[in-house]
Amino acid sequence: MAEGSVTWSLQDADHMTAAEIYGETLVHLGEEREDIVALTADLAKSTKIGKFETRFPDRFINVGIAEQNLFGIGAGLALAGFTPFISTFAVFASLRAGEQVRTDICYQNLNCKIIATHSGVSFGQAGTTHHCTEDLSVMRSFANMTVIVPADGIETSKAVEACVDWKGPVYIRIGRGFEPWVHKDANYAFEIGKGIEMHPGSDITVIACGTSVYAAVDAAEVLEKEDGLSVRVIDMHTIKPIDRDIIMKAVEETRRIVTFEDHNIIGGLGSAVSEVIVESGKGCAFKRVGIPDEYSIVGYPEDLYNHFKLDTDGVIETVREVMGKEFEEDEDWEDEI
Amino acid sequence: MALSESELKALTEKAHQLRKDVIQTVAWSGGGHAGGALSQLDLLVALYYKYLNIDPSNPEKADRDRLVLSKGHGGVGYAPVLADKGYFKKELLQTFNHTGSSFGMHLDKNKVPGVDASTGSLGHGLSIAVGLALGAKFSGKKWLTYCIMGDGEQHEGSIWEAAMSAAHYKLDNLIGIIDNNKLCIDGPLNEIMNVSPLDKKWEAFGWKVRIIDGHNFNDICDAIEEAQAFSGGPFIIIAQTVKGKGVDYMEGAKEWHYGGLDGEMTRKALESIDRMYAGK
Repeated sequence: MAEGSVTWSLQDADHMTAAEIYGETLVHLGEEREDIVALTADLAKSTKIGKFETRFPDRFINVGIAEQNLFGIGAGLALAGFTPFISTFAVFASLRAGEQVRTDICYQNLNCKIIATHSGVSFGQAGTTHHCTEDLSVMRSFANMTVIVPADGIETSKAVEACVDWKGPVYIRIGRGFEPWVHKDANYAFEIGKGIEMHPGSDITVIACGTSVYAAVDAAEVLEKEDGLSVRVIDMHTIKPIDRDIIMKAVEETRRIVTFEDHNIIGGLGSAVSEVIVESGKGCAFKRVGIPDEYSIVGYPEDLYNHFKLDTDGVIETVREVMGKEFEEDEDWEDEI
Repeated sequence: MALSESELKALTEKAHQLRKDVIQTVAWSGGGHAGGALSQLDLLVALYYKYLNIDPSNPEKADRDRLVLSKGHGGVGYAPVLADKGYFKKELLQTFNHTGSSFGMHLDKNKVPGVDASTGSLGHGLSIAVGLALGAKFSGKKWLTYCIMGDGEQHEGSIWEAAMSAAHYKLDNLIGIIDNNKLCIDGPLNEIMNVSPLDKKWEAFGWKVRIIDGHNFNDICDAIEEAQAFSGGPFIIIAQTVKGKGVDYMEGAKEWHYGGLDGEMTRKALESIDRMYAGK
């Protein structure tokens, strides 16, 4: 781990949400960097950015329930030489204030770091108004924007630390609750734009981001034991810039790829990966799993992940389905995917 | 305090020359927001030739005063001022709006020296200005932030979000100016969507308000000095202006929100400006 970074024991991290770990990390960074300021729109408590307020009340702004103003002020502070960390729910960052993020922050290529919480369907019972299954699609279409979806709390901490010195705007998307941690060693190397192989495999590659990474790793272990399948799992924490090398390696070595994300299948991880594959001209069996192009339903997050086939069972089912299809084995295209 | 005769003369002469530069730039650009460019001009002249602490040879000087032209379509009336101040060569104005030029109708901070924030989408500028003013407070710096808004822009809800926050944070280093020319694209402002009474609205949002004649330098300068001296909260100057000021066929005409100028129209516009300054 880099000198001066937060050191987590997994025991500590395991009982904290990704947002809580973010709050702690930001306080740590604030101790060292006077240019860091924090902003929210009446969600200091929910997004855990309030820890920064407690420690540095003079470098904290709460604009009330006014997200357009939130991101405009963030842009102004960045123009004044600060590095603003701006937190609200993903749906408000990407949609309510989408134009401010695009025009005021990305167009001017400002050093604003957006930490958006309650993404995907992680705020399950709150319902569709508070789910956010569109943000990756929106954010990755903004030029200059870097888009990161950490797999767990430890990775959130690493992403937050890495983004401080990453020039330009960064969008880090986290969930709401106690996502299980995936990275068993807190000292692993994290680099923006570089996917991480979580499980080796040669039969098929599962590329996942966010909470889906845990399900993918879990499923790979089950599939190895029960089906004798060798499933490669990639934690694609950076959606933009996407890691083309790790995708093309998977295309050549496993020829079958499935993506999993807590996001509409249009425009997010699956789209980003498919763009790389199609532009390469190489053949590959491919399937995207996420929220279908419809509005999400209400429920406990774990039930929703099950419903949308984003939990361990969903990954197992999808991998078996894709492995059961033939790929370039014969002339019959009907049974291929 | 009233301006000395020489100061008034200098500002008036500068405004005369810049009005003509604006018309030339609109002509070169093939089309521009001439009406709003001329209504805001005297406000820009007072700020750039009397008040702003800036150094055109060092556009990013850390302690410079900041100006956010929230009515970004006023760019065709802003670039000539920046050129005249020496931020870039005046000849570059001839490329305005041309393909590949640094100058589009809404100025880009990353392409045009002297611009403190890229603007164009209405209702954004005041929030950015609030951020700049907060930045000065956070770092204990004395520079001021000015934000020039359009009156039609007052329709945007985000303006009022920003207004609320500037008062909440007692930003007495932020000075708002409304170019109140009373016309938006589709017609008279208050027929499209009534914004009156602007002064009471801003007052209710916690700002100190002053209404002035936006084409009278004594009025403008007096208000800016009052705003600079005011402490405890943000200050807004509502400048009563005339859209197209100085060009007889443009004054008060909604058709001149945006338009192009051929040779004859340009000549007539320049003559009209000369007549106004000759008092005829």
